[in-house]
Amino acid sequence: MTNAPDNRRPRGEAQVWLTAMGLAVGIAMVSSLIGVILWNGLTVFWPKSVQEWTVGSGSDNRQVIGQVVDVRTNRPVGAAATAAVTELQVFTANKQYLGQPFGFIPAADITAVRDVPGVLVIERWKNGTLIGTPQAVSLPGAQPLSATAPGFAGAVAAGIERCTAWRAEGEHLRKHEIGALARRQEQIRLDLLRAPAGATAAIKSRFDGFQAEIERLTAQAVEIEGRMKGHELALTIGAGAQARMITIGLGEVVDLHAPNELSLVGKTGVFIGRLWSFLTADPREVNTEGGIWPAIVGTFTMTLMMSLAVVPFGVVAALYLREYARQGPVVRFVRISVNNLAGVPSIVFGVFGLGFFVYVMGASVDWLFFPGYDKPVFRTGGILWAAATLALMTVPVVIVATEEAVSAVPRGMREGSLACGASKWQTIQRIVLPAAVPGIITGAILAMARGAGEVAPLMMVGVIKFATELPLDGEWLETDLVPFVHLNQKFMHLGFHIYDLGFQSPDSDAARPMVFATTLFLILLVLVLNLGAILLRERLRRKFQSSTF
Amino acid sequence: MSHAVTTADVKPSEPAPAGTAPDYIRIDHFSFWYGASQALFDIHMDLPEKQVTAFIGPSGCGKSTLLRNINRMNDLIDGVRHTGDISIAGHTIYDPHIEVTSLRKRVGMVFQKSNPFPKSIYENVVYGLRVAGVNDRRTLDQACETSLRAAALWDEAKDRLNSSALGMSGGQQQRLCIARAVAVKPQVLLMDEPCSALDPIATGKIEELILELKKDFTVVIVTHNMQQAARVSDRTAFFYLGKLIEYDTTQTIFTNPGQKQTEDYITGRFG
Repeated sequence: MTNAPDNRRPRGEAQVWLTAMGLAVGIAMVSSLIGVILWNGLTVFWPKSVQEWTVGSGSDNRQVIGQVVDVRTNRPVGAAATAAVTELQVFTANKQYLGQPFGFIPAADITAVRDVPGVLVIERWKNGTLIGTPQAVSLPGAQPLSATAPGFAGAVAAGIERCTAWRAEGEHLRKHEIGALARRQEQIRLDLLRAPAGATAAIKSRFDGFQAEIERLTAQAVEIEGRMKGHELALTIGAGAQARMITIGLGEVVDLHAPNELSLVGKTGVFIGRLWSFLTADPREVNTEGGIWPAIVGTFTMTLMMSLAVVPFGVVAALYLREYARQGPVVRFVRISVNNLAGVPSIVFGVFGLGFFVYVMGASVDWLFFPGYDKPVFRTGGILWAAATLALMTVPVVIVATEEAVSAVPRGMREGSLACGASKWQTIQRIVLPAAVPGIITGAILAMARGAGEVAPLMMVGVIKFATELPLDGEWLETDLVPFVHLNQKFMHLGFHIYDLGFQSPDSDAARPMVFATTLFLILLVLVLNLGAILLRERLRRKFQSSTF
Repeated sequence: MSHAVTTADVKPSEPAPAGTAPDYIRIDHFSFWYGASQALFDIHMDLPEKQVTAFIGPSGCGKSTLLRNINRMNDLIDGVRHTGDISIAGHTIYDPHIEVTSLRKRVGMVFQKSNPFPKSIYENVVYGLRVAGVNDRRTLDQACETSLRAAALWDEAKDRLNSSALGMSGGQQQRLCIARAVAVKPQVLLMDEPCSALDPIATGKIEELILELKKDFTVVIVTHNMQQAARVSDRTAFFYLGKLIEYDTTQTIFTNPGQKQTEDYITGRFG
């Protein structure tokens, strides 16, 4: 009984289980994170059915119409508390009339529930969403059409389409044509400030000429927008004793759908439409409605600018550190300092960005390029300084990655190049760098991921809550140092947008779903940027795969 | 593996071709240090032009160090220093007025582990010309063909000049490195154990190639393979512990060595 296997103990090492468990926990956390954000972010856009609840019984009852947002169970504290109370949180919309768009119904008090037939959920440019049952639509030059009449839906859609076109036309006039004139007028105003006392009259008359043109266009915009008058929709809102009739202009409507009448396909269509408009529209109503397009463009542009700044800078610095500098205590000290920079809290970089880029560099740029301006151009936070600040913050990542990639290039390859009579720089340029490119791109990916998700430093150097102008919009402004890129412009950022929605919003219930939706798209944006870089890296890696026997 | 070499292996020494310098490469009382440790002790020898000189000796004897000094490849290492001099065709390689890159264009090198660049075969061969600033397509094409022919690789490579060099076999890669080295038309070709990672067939091809190359180049080869030294070289130098023990024609070294240590080494009694 000496060599018999000991069957009482399981074979194998317990450490395998430990490591596998660690990985399993990690995978579970990541997938639940993505799951929570996906679910919460996407359900916002799904059209929920509108129900009517009768609360209380007998003559004491009241009706509530709305969409269920949440069901929560509160366990009251205190000696008297015995049973849990379940409440429905209901999105009633109609803030204008009810005072607030959300309400709570104790589940125990509900005596009847029904789906409201024909009810519309109407997103408006102002004053929030409406939930109401349509009665009639009236278009100019036509008899009012009852909701039960055939062709009602078509008439409403046509009216909205026309109004939307007029609105867009008016907005284009205001934003682009009048905007461009105003910018040229501003230039004349600056000329006027600088002009000698005798020469002001001519400039003044040019100024007035622009003023007249602006006023003419403004009047034109007002006229175009005035055409929306007379396109009206009558609705009943509320139910039972609280029911009342209101009339809204079709020009107020962004979009509407009838959730209770939609098939699954129809709901999917509405879902996709709302998702699309969330992506492509400007925010409305203190960011709690509308879309995130300016924030997407802002984040994308800023991250790209940051990468363009950080990669060459980091690579060049790392090349010197690894290839040229004599390895000794000084280089070691520099390397430790660079690595430590990666651990400095990001807000510190924000403060530095404000103190150096904005106040010092910005003032110098203004002094050099915009001497006549009485308003700060680069002397204030802007996308350039935000990108520069984040570039500084992420440069250690690129330096470390580049150093590792460069030192991983086999010595034999360098020697082969030098033995052919190549100089050190030729060797770096033709052999070392191409072979190190995949590693360098890995560093850039890490830098981008960190930069795109950073919020704190941006708040000090150029991010704002709401920006009407995009940093890239195909217009060449006077203040552009690079054509078509408005480097001095303040911008919106998805990360800051999340913070703003979550903590600065006047209506936290309305903002909560937007937080998740915005988070989803921040993650997607980082994913898209990284995917682009990863594809590039794979292509290059195939091209420069290293030698094997 | 036995180091024993039979007399039959030894190629009869040919005299240096007429009109060639017997002291083409002169190593003049050369000593070399890596930091504090001395690797070479007062090496003094002349290497003849257009002949093959083999450096043999046990590992760590300094033969590779000496070889890598002939094109100043050791300059890349921090903390090295030397005394004495090495000159090629009467000109010192340490001339401060001459860029080390121009020395390396005249003194090509082939390494122990083949090190093709991750580029096409064509770009590998013409690399030396490209870094020298040659970009004329016709010149490059011609140099590519000549060099690949010189390295006995043309027939195998001519149809895939634009495919990656990394797709070649080990022996082909090493011959590609030889082609790359000869493309810049050096005067001297240094070979640092060029066959140590190759199978016998590839080794045989490279040895044939070396005999062919010596018509145009002065070849210095470091090898651990006694038979190889005997087969390809005209003169052989035996190093031990950083010192040059014996240097003579290959025939003399392998048939009638003057030193006991040399005899012990080539007969495989130590090393």
